[in-house]
Amino acid sequence: MFRFLIGKILYLVPTFLGITIIAFGFVRVLPGDPVLLMAGERGITPERHAELSAQLGFDKPIWAQYLDFLGRLMHGDLGNSLVTKKPVLTEFLALFPATVELGLMAILIATLIGVPVGVLAAIKRGSWFDQISMTGALIGFSMPIFWWGLLLIIFFSGILQWTPVSGRISLLYFFPPVTGFMLIDSLLSGQKGAFVSALSHLILPSVVLATIPLAVIARQTRSAMLEVMGEDYVRTARAKGMPTARVVGVHALRNAMIPVITTIGLQIGVLMAGAILTETIFSWPGIGKWMIDSISRRDYPVVQSGLLLIAALVMVVNLLVDLTYGLINPRIRHK
Amino acid sequence: MKILTRSLIAASALALGAAVPAMAKTFVYCSEASPEGFDPAPYTAGTTFDASAHPVYNRLVEFKKGTTEIEPGLAESWEVSADGLEYTFKLRKGVKWQSNEKFTPTRDFNADDVIFSYDRQGNKDNPWHEYIAGVTYEYYTSMEMPSLIKEIVKVDDNTVKFVLTRPEAPFLADIAMPFASIVSKEYADALDKAGTREDFNNLPIGTGPFKFVAYQKDAVIRFQKNADYWGEAPKIDDLVFAITPDAAVRLQKLKANECQLMPFPAPADVAAIKADPNLKVEEQAGLNVGYLAYNTTQKPFDDVRVRKALNMAMNKQAIIDAVFQGAGQVAKNPIPPTMWSYNDAIQDDPYDPEAAKKLLEEAGVKDLSMKVWAMPVQRPYMPNARRTAELIQEDFAKVGVKVEIVSYEWGEYLKKSMEPGRDGAVILGWTGDNGDPDNFMGVLLSCAAAGEGGANRAFWCNQEFSDLLSKAKQASDVAERTKLYEQAQVIFKDQAPWATLDHSTQYVPMSNKVSGFVQSPLGDFTFDTVDIAE
Repeated sequence: MFRFLIGKILYLVPTFLGITIIAFGFVRVLPGDPVLLMAGERGITPERHAELSAQLGFDKPIWAQYLDFLGRLMHGDLGNSLVTKKPVLTEFLALFPATVELGLMAILIATLIGVPVGVLAAIKRGSWFDQISMTGALIGFSMPIFWWGLLLIIFFSGILQWTPVSGRISLLYFFPPVTGFMLIDSLLSGQKGAFVSALSHLILPSVVLATIPLAVIARQTRSAMLEVMGEDYVRTARAKGMPTARVVGVHALRNAMIPVITTIGLQIGVLMAGAILTETIFSWPGIGKWMIDSISRRDYPVVQSGLLLIAALVMVVNLLVDLTYGLINPRIRHK
Repeated sequence: MKILTRSLIAASALALGAAVPAMAKTFVYCSEASPEGFDPAPYTAGTTFDASAHPVYNRLVEFKKGTTEIEPGLAESWEVSADGLEYTFKLRKGVKWQSNEKFTPTRDFNADDVIFSYDRQGNKDNPWHEYIAGVTYEYYTSMEMPSLIKEIVKVDDNTVKFVLTRPEAPFLADIAMPFASIVSKEYADALDKAGTREDFNNLPIGTGPFKFVAYQKDAVIRFQKNADYWGEAPKIDDLVFAITPDAAVRLQKLKANECQLMPFPAPADVAAIKADPNLKVEEQAGLNVGYLAYNTTQKPFDDVRVRKALNMAMNKQAIIDAVFQGAGQVAKNPIPPTMWSYNDAIQDDPYDPEAAKKLLEEAGVKDLSMKVWAMPVQRPYMPNARRTAELIQEDFAKVGVKVEIVSYEWGEYLKKSMEPGRDGAVILGWTGDNGDPDNFMGVLLSCAAAGEGGANRAFWCNQEFSDLLSKAKQASDVAERTKLYEQAQVIFKDQAPWATLDHSTQYVPMSNKVSGFVQSPLGDFTFDTVDIAE
């Protein structure tokens, strides 16, 4: 297991270096000059342009800028935003917990609903439940997030008034962030009703964000289950008179889980993409919207360092997924 | 948010918490974007100023509410020397600086603060010039303060004298702008000692109607009434900005009473908002202009007849109806009608395709094909440039002119559209900074602005026009300036370097319970006069 872990981690080093190049290159490949964008309609004299470019280090050759970036990275310096002038890491850490909270809630909803629905649909293949749930999954998978979010807001917050429209907690509550996770902080604050308020604010955005992963997980679980249910050992287990629940729960599901876990792991990337829109609709102060704003303003330091941090995160999640395989299926860790 | 003090948290929790909800009057504003920071000088976005310069700070002189007229601010009065080169300001006495956990002022506002506020922006040797890596002062620079201000002299603790290098009539309007907000020198010194200079931008200390309490990035900004404010005290106790980037969601929040006022509704929603019995909408012409700038150095657009003909071929009302859905008006002058010196006597070129055809023939232009540039971003003066360009394309086709629509990424667009020899006419616009006509015509149409680094995208250099502007800029008498600008507008219309397209209308939806909100022609959102019924 140890060697398995070390091998996996060593593998990350070249990947990480590759990502620094992509993160650095990506925003520079886009046309557009941050200094010009700062000046806007007013225009800027060539002298002032040169002065600002020099101050920001954009006058150096591109490879020198990259080496600067790497050099500072080694010292843990991710640079300062061109727009807010604040350290990228400070901004990331202020926003990141909000995205994680939303993402975890979404993946929780997607898994807790998606897996049982998929299993049930597989067992009752061809039944009305199978047909309705899989049609629903197809619709969910094709759902335009922005429209879907707005629709839920108008229905649940506007017409029924069950949930708040947007934000992370009612403005009545005011306490300093400790962990950055509103559910935890609201409990720590000890203010009456804060937790319930935070939870009620989390429901709609996480449902919206969960929609696509939920659909994917349900469909993947169903097809993996169908495959496993056709295996000889399942037939044998049934032939021995084992109760269906045990056949499905122990023999089939455990083996079907490998592709499902892969899918769940891959949904992290999907979640990041979905988070951009979800965060915008629900005024959720997370990193998705932060990245999009920074790209449109050509805020080079934020985009390159932000991408790097997100990529590093996805890599860690993938590593964890790999390790989970090992836990579920001993053959993988012994290979 | 480590910045908060325990006592402050406790106080605010008391003020805002569920335990005693009815005591404090809280007003929530659904703002459209996050501020870049809380020191107004390094930034240029209106959103930033709404959260910094307006609630927290003051200037020496201020724009009178709802107008672009100048009134006393931190300066009680001022005198201008006969040659227009010296401005002597008498400072208000007894103005208290705000305090926070890290800073308690030991003295009132005085001349040192004024000198510090300007010197840090203009003087590269001032230790506060680049107090955070990458800080620059774009407004200070672009309003030409470095070349305009020769020196600022402290006459005594309550008198400062600005010495200028040239007479400049818009000077008072310039220093009423957010970048000229007066900051505390004592606070800067205290942060220097503590080694936490960045807090100057995170935890602002000003003299304004509201004190900054806390900011949670991209989510909420909290302010509290400044009990020691020198002016008329705000009527609300707590001011909260709930940052809500999407217009449709802002409206839902307003309807759900999660906030009481919002900026920038989607034009399509305005009718429905007006019909809602719990809401009301205030409207005002925006201080802006959208235009199509011909390249007056390019053939055949160097011929005024061609430009005039194209202007006559354009159905501008159709553009207002389709693109602005009525939330705008056709422009005939380069400055908006709310601005002083607007020349209402000027007749716009009529929409007359037949006359346009004839004029083109007269100019000897046949089978003309041209490019029209459509900007890739939305602005209040131009919500949909692509659609506008398409309508222009249809109109021009009717007089036999073929139009190819081009567009670029925004930064490229700004750059390429200013390159000499540019091919085609460019859709762009301008939003005023300080309500001075020179801030439109000088910036966008003078000969000086036609060169590199300017913003004269018609490359139009009319000496007579430019001379009028220079004269007007040096005259201090408003009546005299008005006359000169009115004449300049006549030349502009006659020479038609642009097709003037539109001035947009700004709508501000709010709850019926809100009173006292005054719309600013400059597009600022300020809340010191706002009240809310229980």
